[in-house]
Amino acid sequence: MFSRGAAVLVYQPQWGQVRNMATLKDITRRLKSIKNIQKITKSMKMVAAAKYARAERELKPARVYGVGALALYEKAEIKVPEDKKKHLIIGVSSDRGLCGAIHTSVAKAIKTEISTLSDAGKDVMVVGVGDKLRGLLQRTHNKHFLVTFKEVGRKPPSFGDASVVALELLNSGYEFDEGSVIYNRFRSVISYKTDEKPFYSLDTVSGAESISIYDDIDADVLRNYQEFTLANILFYSLKESTTSEQSARMTAMDNASKNASEIIDKLTLTFNRTRQAVITKELIEIISGAAAL
Amino acid sequence: MVRSYAEAATSPAQMSFTFASPTQVLYNRATVKQVDVLTLSGSFRILAAHVPTLQVLKPGVVTVFAEDGTATRYFVSSGSNINADSSMQLPAEEVATSDMLDLATAKSNVNKALSHLAAAPDETAKVEAQINVEASEALVKALE
Repeated sequence: MFSRGAAVLVYQPQWGQVRNMATLKDITRRLKSIKNIQKITKSMKMVAAAKYARAERELKPARVYGVGALALYEKAEIKVPEDKKKHLIIGVSSDRGLCGAIHTSVAKAIKTEISTLSDAGKDVMVVGVGDKLRGLLQRTHNKHFLVTFKEVGRKPPSFGDASVVALELLNSGYEFDEGSVIYNRFRSVISYKTDEKPFYSLDTVSGAESISIYDDIDADVLRNYQEFTLANILFYSLKESTTSEQSARMTAMDNASKNASEIIDKLTLTFNRTRQAVITKELIEIISGAAAL
Repeated sequence: MVRSYAEAATSPAQMSFTFASPTQVLYNRATVKQVDVLTLSGSFRILAAHVPTLQVLKPGVVTVFAEDGTATRYFVSSGSNINADSSMQLPAEEVATSDMLDLATAKSNVNKALSHLAAAPDETAKVEAQINVEASEALVKALE
């Protein structure tokens, strides 16, 4: 009889997760699938390691080339006049996932840039190199997108790819005054940093005061130089970006393999315990059955 | 007797030269004496104290004179050379040394390019073919 003071409501959820003791078959199935996953992540790590080695090797000359090509911007210290309105952001990433925070860090940087620039009253358009950026940004910033480039990241980038992108931008009809390229700069195998490199339009450069110390410049030369520099910046950022991406993918797949190994160990222990429990249960049944006779 | 050593010349009187293509680096902040380039506004001999200038290269030969006077010739397909405060950058789209180039192939390239020019359907194709012709002819001239 229940006394009043100790009235206890027994509440049995009818639709919650009811977890029974896992049978041997369930555990075996799960173990097999996780072992397969571990094989896959291990091989992805090997592939990423090979691609990373090549990307890093090609990055060395590309870095010297990129730094040399951009030297004019740095030496001349071009400042954009405050009243220039049109800004262009180029986000450099790739199409493929499973590489850690590569795409999200570029997308985050783009988002903060858009909000700062819009607050300052400028028009901002975004160019995405790599499909992942479009996916990350299109729900909230769809009206800022000018053009997206796909099929990035499958093969190592070449100067031809950068030229194609630069040509498309110059022909797009969006007359930007200044812009920036947001990419992941490669620091080491385990670290990269999201970086931003500025570039300027023809009018901004020719209007800058420090350009006047340069001898023998006419509009043609400057325009040529501008277009070439746009391709150079894109080439440099593509090279850095692929190296960072491959190293991040290598790390991510390595972590995934390690996690899978841990789960496999735990599951193997559970499997053995369950197996022993099943054997013990059968023994008890046999013994109690024999005792009953 | 007092001996004294001559001081090595320091940077401002020298030219730090960076010459690279997207795939290879030829000079990285190296000190050279003189560089000859062929640009859209003429042929330049650039020494250390040259005025800052920005140039676009024509397809042709770039000759680099090192410290000790040895000259190395490179064939450059296009690029721009910047010269700011006695450092010179020469980013070039394609670079080849003379041992990578063959005179006979170059001559046949010229003929092929000329025939493309004649057969070009529209403006952009014509311009591309024209660029091809110029580059091939410069290549032949450089090899001869």
